[in-house]
Amino acid sequence: MPRYLKPVIFLACLIPLGRLVWLGFHSGLGGNPIEFITHATGDWTLRFLLITLSISPLRKLTRQYWLIGYRRMLGLYAFFYGTLHLMTYIWLDKFFDVHEMLADIAKRRFIMAGMTGFALMIPLALTSTRWAIRKLGGKRWQTLHRLIYLSATAGVIHYIWLVKADLKKPLEYASVLGVLLGYRVVAWMATRTKKSSVAAAKIEVAEN
Amino acid sequence: MLIKKAEDIRSSEITPKSLYLNRRKFLAGMAMAGAAAAGGAGVREIVSPSTRVLAGTKIDGIKKSPFSTTETATPYKDVTNYNNYYEFSTEKDEPAKLAVNFRTRPWKVKIDGLVDKKQELDVDTIIKMAPPEERIYRHRCVEGWSIVVPWIGFSLSELIKRVNPTSKATFVEFTTIFDPGQMPGQRRQVLDWPYVEGLRMDEAMHPLALLCFGMYGEELPNQDGAPLRIVLPWKYGFKSAKAIVRIRFTEKQPLNTWNISAPQEYGFYSNVNPNVDHPRWSQAKERRLGEFFKRPTLMFNGYDQVASLYSGMDLKKNF
Repeated sequence: MPRYLKPVIFLACLIPLGRLVWLGFHSGLGGNPIEFITHATGDWTLRFLLITLSISPLRKLTRQYWLIGYRRMLGLYAFFYGTLHLMTYIWLDKFFDVHEMLADIAKRRFIMAGMTGFALMIPLALTSTRWAIRKLGGKRWQTLHRLIYLSATAGVIHYIWLVKADLKKPLEYASVLGVLLGYRVVAWMATRTKKSSVAAAKIEVAEN
Repeated sequence: MLIKKAEDIRSSEITPKSLYLNRRKFLAGMAMAGAAAAGGAGVREIVSPSTRVLAGTKIDGIKKSPFSTTETATPYKDVTNYNNYYEFSTEKDEPAKLAVNFRTRPWKVKIDGLVDKKQELDVDTIIKMAPPEERIYRHRCVEGWSIVVPWIGFSLSELIKRVNPTSKATFVEFTTIFDPGQMPGQRRQVLDWPYVEGLRMDEAMHPLALLCFGMYGEELPNQDGAPLRIVLPWKYGFKSAKAIVRIRFTEKQPLNTWNISAPQEYGFYSNVNPNVDHPRWSQAKERRLGEFFKRPTLMFNGYDQVASLYSGMDLKKNF
């Protein structure tokens, strides 16, 4: 892979944020800028989660094994936009009103789902370094990072639960997530059948 | 020397008098608001630009109304580009674009149900039934945002009186046009089309209930419900049906579209009430478009004169 690709993608991932800033300075955020920012950062959190989740299947299906080198960056961008989304809520929407936010979390299941999705990303961001992988050991690290399945699911549920009537967009995210998680289930079952058939073959050989 | 009296100036020409910042300074404003609040001061408002394009036809002979609020009107640009109008789209910035070629003439309104004479009235006949008044009303959306709009129209009662509902008529139902050819949002079953809304007869006869055909001194823009809509300032915005083609008087309480869509979330009455939350979000506060900080939501959106319509009713049950 060309060496300049990584910085290019790194910068490309900042375009959604750059767009918001540009629109902010050019009266482009519409009548309710805080709502606009909330929706945009929320959308991009989900998009980056789904992009991150698509790396492994894409890598195996296309045999482009170098793709793995981009997964951490994309996952961290999901966390980055998730943090912006949460900050928009805490700062711009609730203006640090802790009492109101606690009431919100307790009473509103869509807020609860969103908070869960974000909270699940925190350990993943914290253990995204090489050092953490070494410390945890590959197997444990991998198990821990499967939390992204739950995080993305919580994020999509958060979206489904908050819309008034039009489920089109949240269901689009849900179907992409369904395909990405479904692929993993199928792949897992396939390896299990393979393993058991290998085991069965071994037993057969031993018996003969 | 020409000295213009305040009454000579159309409200559309008034620049919001409060000190405001241009929206392009919005981000700077947010930082300022943060800093100011941290310092205990608090920047009150960050309002969008007042620049606007006059698009519609001016309405002449508009009378002032004692029902008008003195609060600053929301910029025209926001009221015409931030619309919940699902017949066109579920995205708020889309109706402004998708409604550009919506045909509002010729336009007939069917009057039927429990009336002496069922008839079809031309919208231009209806508009001339009474002199136009400017009513600057607060308008609160069930989603938690609000605007202040100088609507033009006259009391809905003016029309109702003229079409003679029978003594049996206890409710009135409003139907929005169904025309998926012109309204792309109706090609999807997001809601049960056509959009219907309803009022109890005494609510409909209340002088605050407005039959509306203009705003900001002009004819109603398409994305705001042209050519004819109702405006019920003490109720959540969705009660104020747009692009009305049918007014039907009934004995039974009519259904309303959002109630059909989610009965546990949207009731028949849908009076603005800070003490009764939407099941999924609080209704205690609202964000006035153009302002940074949320403001407390008022009972009946501040229109206490309607309270007597609901005396003795449990408003938690009759949400």
